[in-house]
Amino acid sequence: MSGAGLDSLYQEVIMDHSKQRHGAGLREDAATSSHQLNPTCGDELTLNLHVNATGDTIDSVSWDGQGCVISQASMSMLHDLLGGLPVAQVEPRLAAFREMMRSKGQIEGDPDLLGDAVALAGVSRYVARVKCAMLGWVALEDAVRQLPPPDADLGHP
Amino acid sequence: MALDTECIRADFPTLRRHVSDRPLVYLDSAATSLKPLAVLDAERDFYENRNSAVHRGAHTLAAEATELFESARDHIARFIGAEPNEVVWVPGATGALNLLAYSFSNASAGMGGDEAHRFRLGPGDEIVVTEQEHHANLIPWQELAGRTGASLRYIPVDDDGRLQMDEATALIGERVKVLAFTHVSNVLGSVTPVAELVALARAVGALVVLDACQSAPHLPLDVKALDVDFAVLSGHKMLGPLGIGVLYGRADLLNAMPPFLTGGSMITSVTMESAEFLPSPARFEAGTQPVAQAISLAAAAHYLDGLGMARVHERDAELGQMLVRGLTEIPGIRVLGPAAGEDRVGLASFAVDGVHPHDVGQFLDDLGIAVRVGHHCAQPLHRRLGLPASTRASTYVYTTDDEVQAFIDGVSEVRGYFRV
Ligand SMILES: Cc1ncc(COP(=O)(O)O)c(C=O)c1O
Repeated sequence: MSGAGLDSLYQEVIMDHSKQRHGAGLREDAATSSHQLNPTCGDELTLNLHVNATGDTIDSVSWDGQGCVISQASMSMLHDLLGGLPVAQVEPRLAAFREMMRSKGQIEGDPDLLGDAVALAGVSRYVARVKCAMLGWVALEDAVRQLPPPDADLGHP
Repeated sequence: MALDTECIRADFPTLRRHVSDRPLVYLDSAATSLKPLAVLDAERDFYENRNSAVHRGAHTLAAEATELFESARDHIARFIGAEPNEVVWVPGATGALNLLAYSFSNASAGMGGDEAHRFRLGPGDEIVVTEQEHHANLIPWQELAGRTGASLRYIPVDDDGRLQMDEATALIGERVKVLAFTHVSNVLGSVTPVAELVALARAVGALVVLDACQSAPHLPLDVKALDVDFAVLSGHKMLGPLGIGVLYGRADLLNAMPPFLTGGSMITSVTMESAEFLPSPARFEAGTQPVAQAISLAAAAHYLDGLGMARVHERDAELGQMLVRGLTEIPGIRVLGPAAGEDRVGLASFAVDGVHPHDVGQFLDDLGIAVRVGHHCAQPLHRRLGLPASTRASTYVYTTDDEVQAFIDGVSEVRGYFRV
């Protein structure tokens, strides 16, 4: 049976993202930024959050980091979900991803909410790897939390 | 006569396990070794037949338990070349190193009277470690330095992870009060030149603390011959149970050192204001002791004695060389530590070009092969070697040549699988 389990973990789309690393390379002009560390393996990830002028919509994220196939692919997939996404819609996606990651293989994940990241459902069966998949999402959550509240009176005299 | 590996394997029930539908290949003994039946039986026998606290109570079971507990101490003392009152039970190497650091700290705060002066540290004093230490032999000293105002310095390693002995000579001067270093690196598998470092420490009157965690399982250990002041080890890495380890200290030092943990069973007399402490080892063994674990650790030492530590060492070194030779022949693999042909124990850490250690470990697990991935609690060393993490394979008395070969074959497929 060897190989089958592994291939369901390292699916094509995951391998591809881990090599292409969408959004890799930090850009300036970030609204907020988050640095995350996976203490068991020493992996690090920095995520810059770029938002539009009114601050309620994500322009994009840029990121830099090193890590395993799972962490790099997860971050790349997350990047693809975020361009043009209203900040208010981040939370349900984070919740859906977290739920999938905690499901020990029981929850498939909704592609409308999670895009390519549904391919990471299989990671939830490998408890030791869940942290790898979560790294970028935790960084995003932290960066969003640092944004000024949406009703803050920014730039309006 | 060489070790009879097949015969040994029959004693280790965990080897009957399958992982990913394949027989388990356990190459993570440096994290914790498997346990032979003799050790499991000793632990079970204690709870089934003698369950009681030691040094308390006059009943038969307590007397038997106390006798077994103390003869376990005698046994471990012989195993490491010490006297029984120089063997203190601790939870493990981490516990032992913290015991030392906090006892020194207590001495520095004025506890222990005049005789504790040797352990006092303050501003201007130095503690020296090496750049290859496990965090357990680094952070307690950082914290001790923080509490006392002493400074912490370290002997660096070179690009290949070799200790820079010329730097050690320059570093170890009159201000140094404590020199703490590992006997065998848990990442590199290399053996530290103990005698040279001890000579440097002796010349300036510094106390020597040896982390014998990775040497005790693999080499004949003789703390008196090594002439160190303190040595620490974890039982679970040498076939013993979890939760027990040993602090060795020279009797004159242990009897002059203020205790760390205080409470029951470590006193001569107590008033509402103060207490007088027993001599070593009781002085450092406050509270109800891990009796079953101590007895089982002695059973582990007995098992190793049966094999003969010289033969264990010989076999282990052979496996270490097989690992290095095999890994070195695979393109894109960087082996950390000593090259093939140089001294190392049965342990090899390596980096796979283009593949993260977590993915290497996952790939091998799918073949039923258990290895360790990460920084192995040695972040500064990994940083020095330019790696966030590595993969480590470590062998022990039950490891076969075929298992090492299966591992090497597995590693040689990793880069292909991940399309590097
Ligand atoms: C060299 C070294 N020192 C100290 C330790 C800490 O041992 P323990 O975790 O059993 O206290 C280890 C084990 O991981 C080690 O390899």
